Amino acid sequence: MTGLVLDSLCVTKDGATLVALDLAVAPGEVLSIMGPSGSGKSTALAAILGVLGPEFRLTGRVLLDGEDVTPLPTRARRIGLLFQDDVLFPHLSVGSNLAFALPARIHGQAARRQAVETALDQAGLHGYADRDPATLSGGQRARIALMRALLAEPHALLLDEPFSRLDADLRTRIRAFVLDQIRARGLPAILVTHDSDDARAAGGRILDPLGREAGPPL
Amino acid sequence: MPTRRDMLTAAALCLALPAWAGPAPMDWEAVLAEARGQTVYWHAWGGDPKINDFIAWVGQQAETRYGVRLEQVKLANTADAVARVLAERQAGKTSGGAVDLIWINGENFAAMKGTGLLFGPFAEDLPNWPLVDAVGKPATVMDFTEPTGGLESPWAMAQLVFEYDSARLPQPPASASALLDWAKANPGRFTYPQPPDYLGATFLKQVLYDVTPDPAVLLKPVGDADYAAATAPLWAWLDAITPSLWRQGKAYPANEPALGQLLADGETDLSFAFNPGRASAAIAAGELQDTVRTMIWRDGTIGNASFVAIPFNAAHRAGALVIANLLLDPEVQARAQDPDVLGFQTVLNLDALSAADRARFEGLKLGVATLPPQALRPVLLEPHASWMTRIAADWITRYGVAP
Amino acid sequence: MSQASVLRQIPTLTLLLMAGPVVAGLAGTVLPLIGTDAIERLIDWPGLGGAIRLSLVTGVVSTVLAVAVSLAIVAALHGGRRFGLLMHALSPLLALPHAAAALGLAFLIAPSGWIARLLSPWATGWSTPPDLLILNDTAGIALTLGLVVKEIPFLLLMLLAALPQADAARRMMLTQSLGYGRVWGWLLAVLPAVWPQLRLPVYAVLGYATTAVDMGVILGPSLPPPLSVQVTAWMMHPDLSWRGPAAAGALLQLALVATVLVLARLAERPIARIGRHWAESGRRCQTVDRLIAPGATTSALIIVFLVGGGMIGMGLWSVAGLWPFPQALPSPLSLATWMRTAPSLTATGGTTLLIALISTGAALALCLGCLEAEARFRLAPGTAAMWLLYLPLIVPQTAFLPGLQVLFLSIGAADTLLAVAATHLVFVLPYIFLSLAPPWRAWDGRIALAAAALGASETRTFWQLRLPMLLRPVLTAAAVGLAVSVGQYLPTLLVGGGRITTLTSEAVALSSGGNRRIIGAYAVLQMLLPAAGFLLALAIPALVFRNRQGMRAT
Repeated sequence: MTGLVLDSLCVTKDGATLVALDLAVAPGEVLSIMGPSGSGKSTALAAILGVLGPEFRLTGRVLLDGEDVTPLPTRARRIGLLFQDDVLFPHLSVGSNLAFALPARIHGQAARRQAVETALDQAGLHGYADRDPATLSGGQRARIALMRALLAEPHALLLDEPFSRLDADLRTRIRAFVLDQIRARGLPAILVTHDSDDARAAGGRILDPLGREAGPPL
Repeated sequence: MPTRRDMLTAAALCLALPAWAGPAPMDWEAVLAEARGQTVYWHAWGGDPKINDFIAWVGQQAETRYGVRLEQVKLANTADAVARVLAERQAGKTSGGAVDLIWINGENFAAMKGTGLLFGPFAEDLPNWPLVDAVGKPATVMDFTEPTGGLESPWAMAQLVFEYDSARLPQPPASASALLDWAKANPGRFTYPQPPDYLGATFLKQVLYDVTPDPAVLLKPVGDADYAAATAPLWAWLDAITPSLWRQGKAYPANEPALGQLLADGETDLSFAFNPGRASAAIAAGELQDTVRTMIWRDGTIGNASFVAIPFNAAHRAGALVIANLLLDPEVQARAQDPDVLGFQTVLNLDALSAADRARFEGLKLGVATLPPQALRPVLLEPHASWMTRIAADWITRYGVAP
Repeated sequence: MSQASVLRQIPTLTLLLMAGPVVAGLAGTVLPLIGTDAIERLIDWPGLGGAIRLSLVTGVVSTVLAVAVSLAIVAALHGGRRFGLLMHALSPLLALPHAAAALGLAFLIAPSGWIARLLSPWATGWSTPPDLLILNDTAGIALTLGLVVKEIPFLLLMLLAALPQADAARRMMLTQSLGYGRVWGWLLAVLPAVWPQLRLPVYAVLGYATTAVDMGVILGPSLPPPLSVQVTAWMMHPDLSWRGPAAAGALLQLALVATVLVLARLAERPIARIGRHWAESGRRCQTVDRLIAPGATTSALIIVFLVGGGMIGMGLWSVAGLWPFPQALPSPLSLATWMRTAPSLTATGGTTLLIALISTGAALALCLGCLEAEARFRLAPGTAAMWLLYLPLIVPQTAFLPGLQVLFLSIGAADTLLAVAATHLVFVLPYIFLSLAPPWRAWDGRIALAAAALGASETRTFWQLRLPMLLRPVLTAAAVGLAVSVGQYLPTLLVGGGRITTLTSEAVALSSGGNRRIIGAYAVLQMLLPAAGFLLALAIPALVFRNRQGMRAT
């Protein structure tokens, strides 16, 4: 079975249940977890990524393409992540940021360079490989961040409020770019947001961290 | 009636006699062969760059002549090396020790000899030993009345001389009582290194010689004499002069170079050193006013010798023997006596030298502030080492713990 | 053993490396004392009372003054433009070995020193140096001044590191909006949050100030000297039986330091109560600001002047021909000193650098290992661990180094360069850790998460992301370590056995000879080596990241 499955995933802290999710996200689907800040959204994200602090208690499983990834460390889960900020590595050039994500099995300088150039083209940023990330605009940085996540060849993607820092006009365009890429690649994705516009635009189900329907998609 | 000087010389000779009976001469060829290629670590006080330069020159000589490398381990205090050898013995290191050769005399020698930390006797087996003036310069075989027993070899003579700035002080005092009068009339212009510093303690002994009723007792261990009676005039003298010292005796320079710096800085008008050539050498180096001259007291000043000794566990004993012998070489001795180099008086008997070697000494210029050898008499022998210890300790109790 | 389990052991290993030598050295000092009359002889020394009093008074007074001035400087100036300039002027002082700073200061303030020369004879009428007890004064004022001047830069650095975690900027805005002045508001609202992180550095200063040997020799009185100086003198005494009283004195010193630390800890509570009382009283105390703000600037300038002037003076001596009093400048100038000492300066400088590089490299590796283990295994160093880290800085060096020397001798490793470097490590590591830990912990954790989500291993994240991104603090910490190693005197002397000499051990050995020209040359080099380290720590990241705006220094 393909896709991302949260099998009775439950996170408690000091006896209080913060996250209770039991769902499946199909390839190409973008499911939204929505709620106000402090509602357990980021705890849900941490649980799926496998970076929960020791103060939390986790039960249930995370399945990716049928495989139980719960015991695996973050880096082995093949779940990509997009942050609220782009979190580009400031000491590396744009191209090196992308190459960092590229799997090591792509051998040879030329091949790796080619893969990076292709990704830049897809992002509409041809010739930006040697640029300092700090000199890019917000929209350009967001696109680079997405391409970097995709180059690592994830089998699922988590989006942690990736559009909240962008202004309204840019936000619509970047959101469309990101969602198009996800659908085009058939990735199961979970969007964590407090913004109902983002959730609606994602076009999938909208739940709160305890698994309740947060409203019908329009 | 014999003079005091005659008595001292006679006493010195008596004590020196056993040192002449040494063991069979060592096989010098074998020593030279073993020494070749060794690196000798000479632990020597490193506070004077001129001495350091001289030691470096001796190292070059050793390398070219015998293939022995010489490394000076520069010490702030000779006792560092003594402590080092002791620590090695405590750690059970009876061979391969770090210290090959020590520049030593007096208290340090007595301590090492007394605790069996020295190799030897070896000094009288050195090929150059016959050149040493052990009769004319008894201090070469008797270190603070302690017979050297061949456990250390002399390499330089030293004598206390007073240094004064003739531009400010044309008539320097020539006795303890004259010094006291002058200091009272010119407060703050004289001081001495703080005992137990070597030079400071030597100054106390110098005053003691001048004021004590019977100087002969100083050559015997302090326990054999009426210490209180012998030293009462010294303490009275010190009580009288202390308020007129530099800083009213509330602070003292640490050692000989610090004392010399005070003279160079113009903080004092009268100073002293344990090297008759120091002032000339410092003037030549541009570190002292050229108006400084030297003098000794009317009844003479204390003289002694500097030695080298080899620790019992020295790693490079053969090399150390070669260096000890090289230091007695006429060319090396003449260089040490050159006022432009060190100005140290030789330990050799000039009459025992070849004409060519004697000419090396006779050709030396004296230096602007240095007295000729005949003006450096009489030379007083070092008192027994126990006097220095006791006087320094009492000085600390009386003046050294509260201003 | 896997890589991870090795990494996991590094914090324990590091703490053992810190505490082990101290404990073993102390044992080596105590054991030979048993069954001797050493303690009686120590008590019989007539100067004991005076020496104890002197050590305590200079140690406590200098620490209180240094802390007060540091707090005043940060409270009054932090955040302003002048503060940045001041830190630029003060930070080189951190790199200056204590001995060099003391020698420079001594030359400046002595009656025949530079200040007197500049004012004579036109202002003072002195044609010969006045007979004034300014240096080596019996009350220890010169020593106290030297200690204050040298410790303030260290305390300032520690304060700066603590400020971000205390949320200082917002607290300051808040108190000022409530009508409090900068200084008074800072003392009431920020200091209580900063203090827990400042406590151990202050204890280290207290421990050092109460037991300093090199500064005590150069600036302190000698009738009697401070206890530490006397203990060292006994250790070096030709009469070997004095080593017993020396060891007993060293332990007494340890007891003194411990007592002072306990008292300092006990004093915190009443001081905090007074602070709370003031805070609750609501008084704005504007006069405090009016007094302290200019006072802080002035004292900072005085420090820069004293140390800077001293160093320039030492530099001048190194090129001086004859320089009699009261000439303000030497004439003629001459390079003779440098020419004559060049061979030994080069050789000694090389050894110094090699030892510093080895000890700094090892310390850096261990600190990085500790911090990485801390991050990876979510360890948090407890109070006990921090105490162990500070142990070598607080325990008097005279108390444990002699024992350590015997230990090295018994394993046949004494007077090797590696043994000296290993001993330096004990003193270098705490400073590197203190310098590196705050920026390392403040690193943006999302970078690591982003890398993990891209499939990067923790090792790859460390080498390719965290280490290069933290290049600047890592190099700064290395420069601090280099400076600490260059400045070590007693460890070099005792473990190196005189066979291994560094610029500092040479300079102190030469200082007994009073030849200001040579001392000047060594002091200049002693200063240049650490300065070069700090310069590289600034230049390398600037060069590597010249095209990375996100990596600019802030």
